[in-house]
Amino acid sequence: MPVGAIVGIIVAVVLAIIFGGGYNRLVRLRNQMKNAWAQIDVQLKRRYDLIPNLVETVKGYTKHERETLEAVTKARNIAQQLSSSGAAERSKAESELSSALARLLVVVERYPDLKANQNYLALQEELSSTENRISFSRQYYNDSVLRYNNATQMIPSNVVARAFGFKAGEFFEITVVEEKEAPKVSFTQ
Amino acid sequence: MWEQIRSNRIRSVGLTIGIGAILLVVGYFIGLYFFGNGYGGLIVAVIIWGIMNLVAVFQGDSILLSISKAKKIKKSDHPRLYNIVEEMQIASGLEKMPDIYIIDDPALNAFATGRDPKRASVAITSGLLNKLNRDELQGVIGHEIAHIKNRDVLLMVMCGILLGSIVMLSWFASRALLFGGAPRSRTSSSSGGGGGIIIIVAIVLMILAPLAAQLIYFAVSRRREYLADASSALYTRYPEGLASALEKLAASTHELRSANKATAPMFIINPFRKKGMSASNLTSTHPPISERIRILRSMTGASLSNYEQEYEKLHGSRHGILPVSSLAQTQEVEIRAPKPEKLETFQANTERRRETSEALWRVNDYEALTCDCGTRLRIPPRLQNSFVRCPHCGRINST
Repeated sequence: MPVGAIVGIIVAVVLAIIFGGGYNRLVRLRNQMKNAWAQIDVQLKRRYDLIPNLVETVKGYTKHERETLEAVTKARNIAQQLSSSGAAERSKAESELSSALARLLVVVERYPDLKANQNYLALQEELSSTENRISFSRQYYNDSVLRYNNATQMIPSNVVARAFGFKAGEFFEITVVEEKEAPKVSFTQ
Repeated sequence: MWEQIRSNRIRSVGLTIGIGAILLVVGYFIGLYFFGNGYGGLIVAVIIWGIMNLVAVFQGDSILLSISKAKKIKKSDHPRLYNIVEEMQIASGLEKMPDIYIIDDPALNAFATGRDPKRASVAITSGLLNKLNRDELQGVIGHEIAHIKNRDVLLMVMCGILLGSIVMLSWFASRALLFGGAPRSRTSSSSGGGGGIIIIVAIVLMILAPLAAQLIYFAVSRRREYLADASSALYTRYPEGLASALEKLAASTHELRSANKATAPMFIINPFRKKGMSASNLTSTHPPISERIRILRSMTGASLSNYEQEYEKLHGSRHGILPVSSLAQTQEVEIRAPKPEKLETFQANTERRRETSEALWRVNDYEALTCDCGTRLRIPPRLQNSFVRCPHCGRINST
């Protein structure tokens, strides 16, 4: 066999190993990212399920907070309807729901009877844990997106990514709007 | 995170080979000395090691949990603890929820066990549950989940077994040497001078091998503790939680009743620690708590690189403590704000105590009975009487 053919075969094998490995890595990272996204979904659904219960419990104790409660229910319904759309729209709806919930929890502070209710305490623990779970699953998802996106941009897996159409993943953010209003001061004489 | 698991695997293999080599050398020389043939000793060493491994891999975690008198809990037994473990499972990306155990002991400690991440358990003492608020408990559980995620448990169990085999072999050999008189091999040995060297080598090995293996073991154990601390900070994005939990742990003077030397490296802090241990203590399974707290408190971000930086700053060296490959990610990780927590009031403490004791009643199968006067009575599971008198109002209640 001529030397050229041997060198050619070796080069071909090395390339196959590099690109084959790159492909497998991309698939693994993409699956990890998809699993992480599914986890966020699970936690958001958990929150949708908790809210009617919470609203029902709070309603019995608070007579004057109908608006806040309705805002929470509305934000929940919108978020649930948008649950099959993309990351960007979803994160907006979920941010609004988080803000509405935060407002409700502030309001509840004014009702000591409610705060002593066993049922409410259990719900509150579930709710704050769900909020934590959402942020932890989001954190994990964003980490996986970062790793996957890095892989699609770095040599040599970027070549594979382009050839087989591995698209970059979307990050998911939830920002809670701070509800602390600045005290209104008027300088009228 | 993923890179560090891989580097951990390489490290585990290297370490296991290291201690394994010591075991084989010890076995060989003991064989040479006692049977006149090194291979006999090798076979004995491998058999001891093999049996211990089988036991540890298949029964290790249940043995550990049962000698610690740990009780498994369900979600309804202690919702807060269960939720926190699940939160950390999500944050770490662990594929399966570990089992949760409570140890009824006033000492403050926690450990993780299980041979692979799919069959792992986390155990925590009731004393610790009483003392820690949500953020602190999250830090501690994050540390334990990190041990599972980084596969430290398997690594430490494997090394522990190799170490145990070496200690056992050396112990038997030294007793045989002391009380067994002249071994057969010496009379049949043809070369007199060679025999003398072998005796010396065998004696030196018997003394030094267990020590050497122990030092490797302790060094690895301490490294894994640093990595678990750093990972906990990364998962929770809140190093202060673990730091303040460690502070409470350090202040406690209770010693864990059910711990022994073999299980010590599994716990979050060394159950046998003494006050004023120096930083360079080679025979400690854990880094000094004060140092761990200092590193966590000085972190400016929650990433592993931040932890590494602070460690290097504290020790004034460029020799890091975390696996190099785990530091490849250069992304900034911010520390989150503390959760609005109830103040450390008497009331919060009482509530936590009640929560924990409720969980303990439940896992021990006590039944609750409410008397007409409002007193809650606890009925032990094997009570023979069909009536109990309420200690508060004197009514007779049927069970």
